[in-house]
Amino acid sequence: MSDGNALEVEDLSVSFGESRVLHGLSFAVPRGQALAVIGPNGAGKTVLFRALTGAIPYQGKVRWAEGTRIGYVPQKLDIERDLPLTGRDFLHAKAAVSGARREDVQRALDEVNLPRRVAEKPIGTLSGGQFQRLLLAFALVGRPTVLLFDEPTAGVDEPGEERLYEMIHRVQDEDRLTLLLISHELSLVYRYATNVLCLSREVPCYGPPDEVLTKERIEQVYGESLRYHHHQGT
Amino acid sequence: MTWTGLTLSVGMAVAAGLVGCFAVMRRMALASDAMSHVALPGIGVAVAFHVHPGLGAIAALVAGTALVWGLQHRTRIPTETVIGVVFSLALAIGSMLATGEELVDALLGTPGTLEVWEVLTGLVGVAAVAGFVLSQRNRLVLAQVSIDMARTSGISVARLELMYLMAFSLTVALGLRYLGVLLMGSLIIIPAATAKLVARSLDEMLAISVGCAVASTLAGEAIAGRIDRPTGPVIIAIAAALFFASLPLRRAR
Repeated sequence: MSDGNALEVEDLSVSFGESRVLHGLSFAVPRGQALAVIGPNGAGKTVLFRALTGAIPYQGKVRWAEGTRIGYVPQKLDIERDLPLTGRDFLHAKAAVSGARREDVQRALDEVNLPRRVAEKPIGTLSGGQFQRLLLAFALVGRPTVLLFDEPTAGVDEPGEERLYEMIHRVQDEDRLTLLLISHELSLVYRYATNVLCLSREVPCYGPPDEVLTKERIEQVYGESLRYHHHQGT
Repeated sequence: MTWTGLTLSVGMAVAAGLVGCFAVMRRMALASDAMSHVALPGIGVAVAFHVHPGLGAIAALVAGTALVWGLQHRTRIPTETVIGVVFSLALAIGSMLATGEELVDALLGTPGTLEVWEVLTGLVGVAAVAGFVLSQRNRLVLAQVSIDMARTSGISVARLELMYLMAFSLTVALGLRYLGVLLMGSLIIIPAATAKLVARSLDEMLAISVGCAVASTLAGEAIAGRIDRPTGPVIIAIAAALFFASLPLRRAR
């Protein structure tokens, strides 16, 4: 494994019965960089994350740098809205399990600007944006070296999306984290990702956003042109 | 009822209140009620071979739990489906093995005095269940919210699941003699369901659930004798009354 890499993936394949979801995928993520995974529904983005975290069986090699601690936030949480769990219960549970100190919980809440009174409320009563910030705080408890985010802005309105991305970007910079995220927000991906991995039924592509996120390539990946704008130089 | 018997009933209520919280949060309310039925074939076999019915019940519960866990693990069929099938089968086999009177006793519990060793064994069981739930509650919470998040936090989810189901079965076994197969499931679920309605945090939920289970048990003991009715059904009626009484207190959504 090369010294500067946080993750190396070699010839990764995942199949469910007869259906092959990922095939021969190889890429590396250098430490401290941000990799965005894009692609249409059903292309295997979430499957890739689940393979990387060892949640499902796969063929090929997945190597994390020594001492890697992963903070993972899945796309969907299977919780009822009326669960009597506060944000703080949730973060303390993570702290207790990962052996983090209790101060780590407050630090994580501060990092995502979640006020104390919001953290004391039952999870089901939080707004979409507050909930996503709580999940970011959850990922940060236990001082991870790598953050894995599956669609961090699900359930958040458009200005909220941008603020959340800015926050993730700031936290990544401050804590020098490696970031892997799945996203549909191509303009935000363009702004914040160091590299983009696009998964589609055809050959996957990998590279910096200005090489990968071209109009032709996006049409190829998504099978249609997407409403997507980016401003060169911003 | 003697002091030792009362101590065991309170202990059983504490275990039921604690275990129930996670059963209710996992939406296992009906499934877990059905789960208690697996004790029946064990009781039937134990009676037939003149062994202590409690031993037969525990053996059947442990075997049934392992079967449910194994099936769920290998086939990925949802817990409640697996429990529904396995435990309906257990009820059928149990009814074939036990005679009419034994069956009613097993379903509704039998009054009677307990031997010292029975009380002591019961209290050890209570301590094991309470110790498990309280020490593992953070792991149980994370596994409840997201299995993937729990796994990346370093939790062995499958093992935790097996331990939880075993704690659940042990709790059922603790109450069998006293409340019977049918009612023990209810003492696990109803107080926890009441707690879920009004609690605002996990600690509150655990405390309210235990409080309701213990209060129903003590009140049931006190009232049943006076109105000349069996204790078990009175306890469950009180627990259900507490549930309905707490509906107006439901926390704002």
